[in-house]
Amino acid sequence: MSEPSSSDLAIDVRGLSKRFGDRMVVDGIDIQVRRGEICGFLGPNGSGKTTTIRMLCGLLEPTAGQGHCLGFDLVTQSRQIKLRTGYMTQKFGLYEDLNIEENLYFIAEVYGMPGGRQKVEQTLDRLGLTERRHQLAGSLSGGWKQRLALGACLLHEPQLLLLDEPTAGVDPKARRDFWHQIHLLAAEGLTVLVSTHYMDEAERCHRLAYISYGKVLTAGTAEHVIDTSGLKTWQVRGEQLDKVMALTNHSDDWMAIPFGTAVHVSSTNQSDFAEWLRAQSPQHDWLVETIPTSLEDVFIHLSQHAQDNYR
Amino acid sequence: MHKTITDKPLSWRRIWAVLRKEFVQIKRDRLTLAMLVAIPLLQLVMFGYAINGDPKHLPTVVVAPDASPMVRSIIRAVENTGYFDVEAIVTEQEAERWLAEGDAQFALVFPSDFTHKLMRGERPALAVYSDASDPSTSGGALATLSMLPNIALNAELRGPLSRLQAGPAPFELRIHRRYNAEGITQYNIVPGLMGIILVMTLVMMTAMAMTRERERGTLENLLATPIKPLEVMIGKIMPYVLIGYLQVLMVYIASRWLFAIPMFGNHLLLTLTVLVFIIATLVVGFLFSTIARTQMQSTQMTIFYFLPNILLSGFMFPFRGMPTWAQWVGEVMPITHFLRVVRGIMLKGSTLMEIWPQLWPMALFTVVVGAIAMLRYRQTLD
Repeated sequence: MSEPSSSDLAIDVRGLSKRFGDRMVVDGIDIQVRRGEICGFLGPNGSGKTTTIRMLCGLLEPTAGQGHCLGFDLVTQSRQIKLRTGYMTQKFGLYEDLNIEENLYFIAEVYGMPGGRQKVEQTLDRLGLTERRHQLAGSLSGGWKQRLALGACLLHEPQLLLLDEPTAGVDPKARRDFWHQIHLLAAEGLTVLVSTHYMDEAERCHRLAYISYGKVLTAGTAEHVIDTSGLKTWQVRGEQLDKVMALTNHSDDWMAIPFGTAVHVSSTNQSDFAEWLRAQSPQHDWLVETIPTSLEDVFIHLSQHAQDNYR
Repeated sequence: MHKTITDKPLSWRRIWAVLRKEFVQIKRDRLTLAMLVAIPLLQLVMFGYAINGDPKHLPTVVVAPDASPMVRSIIRAVENTGYFDVEAIVTEQEAERWLAEGDAQFALVFPSDFTHKLMRGERPALAVYSDASDPSTSGGALATLSMLPNIALNAELRGPLSRLQAGPAPFELRIHRRYNAEGITQYNIVPGLMGIILVMTLVMMTAMAMTRERERGTLENLLATPIKPLEVMIGKIMPYVLIGYLQVLMVYIASRWLFAIPMFGNHLLLTLTVLVFIIATLVVGFLFSTIARTQMQSTQMTIFYFLPNILLSGFMFPFRGMPTWAQWVGEVMPITHFLRVVRGIMLKGSTLMEIWPQLWPMALFTVVVGAIAMLRYRQTLD
C-alpha cells in the first residue's frame, strides 16, 4: 500500500485528543481516509467514536492534535468543513414536531441551497417520501427516520459524510438498502466515515479503524486487519461443549466463544489447540478443525486485550 | 485547492428559516398556545383588586411666590408629617413638568396673595396637586395633609392674630388629583399588567428555546449546520415579539373597554415602547436558555427572575415606599421603566421627550444582556 498524498485524503488527522475533565476520551488518534473511500469506525461503547466524529465536524474542539478535513484545517477552518460535511447524529436529530417536508426545507434554507424548494422535491422523490411529505417526523418508524436523516444530511451535496451508528435499531432489509446507497454515493466520489457495531457492515467498508479507550488499535482493509492480528482460529464440535468453555476459561492462552452448535477458539499462541485440548481431556472425542479468523474474532480479542492494557 | 465558499456574516435567509420553524413548532404546541392566551385573561381578572401601601418621604415641589414666615411655617409643617420631602422651590410651569415626568409626587402651590388674605381672615386656598396615576402611593399622605390647616400655624398666630385661631381653619386645602381624578386603583394596576404578563410568558418561552433543542437531541444537528448564534437568536426571538404584541393588544382592549381606563397619549409611542420592552424581555429569556441545561432549569430561572419583577418594580407595592437598595434593583429591571412609561403615556399623555429617561435604561439593558447571551451561546458542544 503506497502512502497517499495529502490531496487524496478527505480526512487526515494526527494525534487527535479530547479530554473531558481528567478523563481522556480520545487519546492521540490518527485517521487517514482517502476521497471516495468508505471507512468503518469500530469499537466498543464509550471508546470515543462519537467524540472523534464530533471533533471532525467542528462540534467539539480538540484538546490536542491537528489535521485537515477536505483540505481545511480542523481547528481554524471548521466553518468551511461544516459547509461541506453531512453529519448524521446517533440520535434522530431532526424536529419531531415538524413534518418531513418542513424538516428538509429548514435544512435547505439553513445551508443556503440555491433552488431550495427544488432540492427538497428531489430529495423527497429520491427517498420515496413524496406521498408522506406531510407526516410528522416523530411519527415515522426507525427505518424511515434513518432514511429521512440521511436524506437531510445529503441535501446540501456534501463531499464528506460522517455517520454515527446510522443503522442502530434498523431492520436488515433497510440496512441493506442503506448500504447500497452508501456505496453508490462513494462511487460518485463522496467520502464516508461510518461508525457501527455490526460485523457485516464492517466487512462492507473499504477500510476499517478499530478504537478502544480512545486509541486506534488496528486500521486497514479487513484482510489486513485479520492478517496482522496474528490470530489463529479453530472450530470445535461435539458433545458437552460447555466443558471446552470451562477448560479454556482456566487458561489465558485461548479465547473461546460459543457459536451456535460449535465453539470458536482463537489465540495468538502458535501452538495447536487440537493437541492442547487432547492433552487436557483425552476421554472426550471432539472434532477440532482450523477455520479462517473472522473480523469479529479479531475485534473481541482486541477489546479484551485493550482492557488488559488499560488495567 | 478548494474554493472557500463565501459566507455572509448575517444571513436573513437562515434567520427566516429558523423563524418559520419556530412558528410551526409554536402552532403545533397547543397547550403552550393556550397558556399564552389564558395567562393575560386570568391575570386581568385576578388583579382587579389593588394592594395598598403607605409610602413616606414623597418628592414634593413648592410654588411660593411670596415667601413669608407664614408660608415657611406651613412648608415646615408639611415636611414634619414625614410624608413630604420638599425637593425644590419652583415656578408653576416647572411644577407642571416635575409632575409630568414623575419626578415629583406632589406640588404645593401657594397663590401670590396667600399671606395677605390669610392676615385678613379671608381663608386663602393652598392648592395641592397630586400625581394620582398610582393612587395607593399618595393615599396616606393626602389623608395626613387634610389635618394640616388646623394646626400648621398655631405657633405663628399669636397676639393680634390669635383671633384667626378661633373660627374655622385659617386657610383651606384644595387637592387636585392629576392623571386619575377619581383615584381608581385599576388605572394603575391594569396598565402595569401589560408588563407583568409579557415578562411571565415571554421569558419562559424563550428560556426554553435552546434547552428544548438540547433535550430533544436536535441541538447537535443544528450546531452541525452553518447557522450562526445571532441568526438563531433573532430567528427564535422574532415569533415571540408578535405574540407579545397580541398579548399587549388583549390587555389594552380590556383596559379601555372593561376597566374604562383613559388613553391620553400617542398610540404609536406606546407601540414603540412595547417593542423596546418586549425585546429587552426576550433577551433575558435567551440568556437563561444559554445557561440552563434542561427545560426544568429554564422554568426555575424564569420564576427567580419573575419575583423581583412583580415585587420591586412598583407593580405590586408603590416604588417610592421601598428601601433604597430595593429601588436600585428596581431601576435595573426594564419592567420598572416600562410600567412608568405605560402609565405615563396612557394616564398623563406623556411625550417621547418625557419618557426618554425611562427608554434608554431599557435599551441599555437589552444591549448588555444580549451581548452576554451571545458570548454564552456556544457553537460547539463543549
